[in-house]
Amino acid sequence: MAYALQQLVNGLTLGMIYGLIAVGYTMVYGIIGMINFAHGDVFMIGAFIGIIVITALSGITAVPLGLLAALIISAALCGLYGFSIERVAYRPLRGSFRLAPLISAIGMSILLENYVQTSQGALERAIPNLIPGGITLMRQDGFAVQLTWMQIAIMAVTLVVLAVFTYIVTKTPLGRAMRAVEQDAKMAALLGIDTNRTISTTFIIGSALAAMAGVMFLLYYGVIDFYIGFNAGIKAFTAAVLGGIGSLPGAVLGGLLIGLIEAFWSGYATVAYKDAAVYSILAIVLMFMPSGLLGRHEVEKV
Amino acid sequence: MSRLLRDVKDSGAVAFMALLIFAPFLGLQLGDSDSGNLTLSTRPALLAAAVGLTFAARFCFLLWEAHRPPRIPALSLGLAKSGKYAAPALLIFAIVMPFLPGIKNASIDLGVLIMTYVMLGWGLNIVVGLAGLLDLGYVAFYAVGAYSFGLLSTNFGLGFWECLPLAGILAACWGVFLGFPVLRLRGDYLAIVTLAFGEIIRLVITNWVSLTGGPNGITDIPHPTLFGLKFSMAGGPGSFAGFFGITPSPSQRITYLYYIILVLALLTNWVTLRLRRQPLGRAWEALREDETACRSLGINVRNTKLTAFAIGAMFGGFAGCFFATRQAFISPDSFTFMESATVLAIVVLGGAGSQFGVVLAACVMIGVPELLQGLQIYRMLIFGAALVVIMIVRPRGFISTRRPTVALGKAKPISADLIAQGQG
Repeated sequence: MAYALQQLVNGLTLGMIYGLIAVGYTMVYGIIGMINFAHGDVFMIGAFIGIIVITALSGITAVPLGLLAALIISAALCGLYGFSIERVAYRPLRGSFRLAPLISAIGMSILLENYVQTSQGALERAIPNLIPGGITLMRQDGFAVQLTWMQIAIMAVTLVVLAVFTYIVTKTPLGRAMRAVEQDAKMAALLGIDTNRTISTTFIIGSALAAMAGVMFLLYYGVIDFYIGFNAGIKAFTAAVLGGIGSLPGAVLGGLLIGLIEAFWSGYATVAYKDAAVYSILAIVLMFMPSGLLGRHEVEKV
Repeated sequence: MSRLLRDVKDSGAVAFMALLIFAPFLGLQLGDSDSGNLTLSTRPALLAAAVGLTFAARFCFLLWEAHRPPRIPALSLGLAKSGKYAAPALLIFAIVMPFLPGIKNASIDLGVLIMTYVMLGWGLNIVVGLAGLLDLGYVAFYAVGAYSFGLLSTNFGLGFWECLPLAGILAACWGVFLGFPVLRLRGDYLAIVTLAFGEIIRLVITNWVSLTGGPNGITDIPHPTLFGLKFSMAGGPGSFAGFFGITPSPSQRITYLYYIILVLALLTNWVTLRLRRQPLGRAWEALREDETACRSLGINVRNTKLTAFAIGAMFGGFAGCFFATRQAFISPDSFTFMESATVLAIVVLGGAGSQFGVVLAACVMIGVPELLQGLQIYRMLIFGAALVVIMIVRPRGFISTRRPTVALGKAKPISADLIAQGQG
């Protein structure tokens, strides 16, 4: 029981990080219908900017202020990355052959990975745990269920970010524009919505969320390298598809599910096959629900 | 004049953004101090160079855009027309290449590598280009082919020629097996599940240490023999050199490998071209154009999709088997998602559905990075940037026209934009 609770806590923390990345995937997919393969690498870039800011500020400011600065600077710069990536690699291909932006995105992903590798080296970079300690939820048979401050901080930040994000999408004119472009870009443009600007904003918001996820990943695991973007990106994309791609609550739900599957599988079965378990469950869910858990079932008109 | 000023302003804004983007990565560098803590050092010169370069590039781009001739949206037949003569010429070159005077072993080896990717590209072209099913996990079948030969040869002592058909059959079975669950999926759902299958197979190979050797891979996979004659450097009876009474040299084996993959690749091409004219191939193309129409016209969509997966996978398996015998060593590292992405990029870059385009794209995608070997760490950086640039310049690939398989009267080339992209 205690062990299961511990896995639940770990899984939820991990799932929140995946959920944050998955939201970016699902937003971009919803609005221009492409798989943004470079999204995972934006997450990696966010983590690297985080480690650079934390290193630069260490010893100068208090730890919480430093972490806040890392989150904000990383989100801002990654927003710029997302904007530039869309302008350079995707906008010229909008409305063309469906596979062209996919290949362009794969190229962008390779480019970003190697850009970080050549500029910062291929070594793993580690930081110490900046928020040590935690609270013990319960003890049972000598096994203590730990909820670390780090996990609490990650969950709190994720919930705040998601709340702000939900507010933006559901209540503001920008969010309305985004949903309109998602439903029908041409019609939205006819009604006076600047589609280009809306798509750019979508990329900026999605990348900023990924960057925050990156910083939290860095804080949680303490170790990053230039290659973390690939795995996290694939997992988050899996999460987005599992939840039903295009659905924002679906992305968060998918992220949480994948985090939980990973945590419980590592806890009760083998760590080696945890990724295989995630992918198998994805395949099984899609066999029975071809549009994901919360996805709209598309009715094909002929 | 005001235009120039505007261009400078625009370039300045781009350069400022470049400054922000490059600052953390090019301007700063993480390092390790003696105490194990991270340190930061600054690199202002590199950052300034990158920003300056961005400014110049943007400015030149704007100038070029103002003065470039207006684009004519006519059918660009250049490359496609040249394919009529270039393809046979290329084929003749490929056949005589190992016997050209002064050719190095390294060049033949590069030819073998390119040809392997041509074959993979042609195999995937059946799935993506003809049937319109987006497969991001093609490397799975490549791995199945390679590992089935590796395991059969090391455990049961079978040779290359016995294993080649077995590898193809096994890969085709896996194609059907993995095709079944995804029959109902379309578009990007299909893409992610195929990607997931590719990863699952790689993870199983990596972790099933008792069978596959795990990350250490399988070593000592035998080289192919010519009717039982080995290509050993020792010579002597029973070896190729000994039988024909010539001095053994490594070039004999490489040349032999070269012709094996040439024949295998041509077989793939021939089968594809033949199938395209038959009901099955037409059903594939119809499926790509409109699945619903296909269904209502009585085409068995399930079987059509499964055969596309199976035949595509079979050629992937052949190529994998060849890869194993060429390398004599296989490990899970050779079967990452990057391989799938590279093969898919070859297919799309060539112009999905075009056989000649795949050859061109494979030469560019595999040949050029090999020639850039000297640049070492910048190689993949350039590779990624090149993918983006080529896609932007030619979104429909190198060969952007198609000749319809079936036509009333004379088949005329049409723009690739008229070909559906396949949502299946």
